[in-house]
Amino acid sequence: MNEVKLKKLEQTALRVREHIIKLSTDGGCFVGASLSATDLIVYLYTEFLNLNSSNLDDPDRDYLFLSKGHDVPALYGTLVEMGVLEAERLQNHLSTNDHIYWHPNTQIPGIEFHSGSLGHLPAVSVGVAMDLKISGSQNRVVCILGDGELNEGSVWEAVMVAHAHKLDNLIFVVDRNNFQANMATEDLIPLEPLVDKFEAFGWEVCRIDGHNFLDLEEAFADLPYKKHKPSVVIADTVRGKGLPSIEARADRWFCNFSTVEIEQLLQELHGEHTTTLVSETLVVR
Amino acid sequence: MYEELLKNIAIDDERIVVMTAENRALIRNLPPVLGKRFIDTGITEQCMVGAAAGLALRGRIPVLHALASFLSMRAFEFVRTDAGIPNLPIKLSAFIPGFLSDGNGPTHQAVEDVSLMRGIPNMQVFAPANEQDLAIMLPEILASKHPAYIRICHRTTSFQHQKHFEIGKAEVIAEGTDVTLLTYGFMLEQTLIAAEILRAEGKSVGIVNLRSLKPIDEAYLVDLTQKTDLLVTIEDHFVTGGLYSIVAEIFLKKQIQSPVLPIALFEKWFKPARLQEVLEYEGFTGKQIAERILGYHTESIQPHIVASEFAE
Repeated sequence: MNEVKLKKLEQTALRVREHIIKLSTDGGCFVGASLSATDLIVYLYTEFLNLNSSNLDDPDRDYLFLSKGHDVPALYGTLVEMGVLEAERLQNHLSTNDHIYWHPNTQIPGIEFHSGSLGHLPAVSVGVAMDLKISGSQNRVVCILGDGELNEGSVWEAVMVAHAHKLDNLIFVVDRNNFQANMATEDLIPLEPLVDKFEAFGWEVCRIDGHNFLDLEEAFADLPYKKHKPSVVIADTVRGKGLPSIEARADRWFCNFSTVEIEQLLQELHGEHTTTLVSETLVVR
Repeated sequence: MYEELLKNIAIDDERIVVMTAENRALIRNLPPVLGKRFIDTGITEQCMVGAAAGLALRGRIPVLHALASFLSMRAFEFVRTDAGIPNLPIKLSAFIPGFLSDGNGPTHQAVEDVSLMRGIPNMQVFAPANEQDLAIMLPEILASKHPAYIRICHRTTSFQHQKHFEIGKAEVIAEGTDVTLLTYGFMLEQTLIAAEILRAEGKSVGIVNLRSLKPIDEAYLVDLTQKTDLLVTIEDHFVTGGLYSIVAEIFLKKQIQSPVLPIALFEKWFKPARLQEVLEYEGFTGKQIAERILGYHTESIQPHIVASEFAE
């Protein structure tokens, strides 16, 4: 990846993080999960997927499914940066005047399917991948999952079915930020060794730093990793990435910051100083 | 017959994809005919329904096969969330509902499926009475743009149905002024026997096959209260949420007071056994139903009930 492209990706990701921070007030949003998935989503849309503002309804396109759903602010921000979603619409967050809320829905251009209930979109993406095979299409399906989401049994049903049906056009991306809602994954339902788990289920696995665009480029350069096999990218990420004051903290999952804190967090994002969060409005769900 | 019909529809319509969660009893011969359009996901009802949503997003009409209890309950949230919310044309072919699970036991008893499925916005609910009824209904059900739950009863009977089927319309088999028997699915067989006995006792008896449970023929049911003294709802389903509830909701909405006798399962699962014995034990033979309505015993003879064709 050349310097120019890298710089451009970093700039886009920075702007997406600004959108996310701005959404985390006046009702709030799942800010931690969104910041961990930001670089993944930005990379997939701008570099990997055959998707742009003019082909969103074309049957001959790639598909991206956001299964964990809490990270939708990162997708809203990315869609704005792609020119798919009008930036002004983000002002309508949590308003009945629009459809911008805490989980993805298909009223937003570019969103293929709603989510929010965990463990559904692995199955839905299996169905789309099956149809692409039946139809003889070369397009691909990417499904982003949370690591906590891997607790759901239906994820593993989809993992087994995808393997059985040799869906090498299907790619799961696990946003491995090490936290689920209230605590570290390894303190509740340990997931490691995660690479071994997927390999045991017949998938080809690549584990990378999910905030490193060079790693991402390498992981997505040559898919499928093996013919007739589904692929999974386990992306090690940091919950709250970009904001040291909330990074990797169990209590910064859903946040509803004050407007003053939002200003401070935006400055923190640009490396100016760390915010001292005193907000009584901090909410954990 | 079901298999033959589905095969012919699928051959003519490339959009049809036949899916199963390893319940192949009704569709054993379809894999070689449909090739890639036959998808067996293994014992994964949730994944099957989710994958069906993915296929439907791409323009397919998936027809899903599993036991009614697992399709309606194990996969419930997937049906609600992945078929119901986006209003995708996913068709659920649910085998051995109600008493048809005979000897399987309560794990396999889908006796709340109508209640669950009709509670999902956009979902249509159908209950064919037998093989012929199913054949008459299936093309319309598959042509509908909505998701649908089909409470499959494919038993062979000698009864001849009216050939016309319209979604939301009841099949009025007979009209009568003393009592009208409202039923759906497998219980039509026993309802016809009950009607014969009631007629032999001098009653004027109506019989209605409510093969389309959602949407239901509301206008006809309202009209019926002016024409008959007593309505009886007969169903192999819990009394909560099934036909009795549907009728009650309509009458409450229309502020109609009308006597309705529910024949259904009350707050319990049924005794698992051979089908004939289930009906006798639970009081659902035609003779028992007729006698409950009459309030006295008769000398009528209950015909033998043909056993189910398969168990899974």
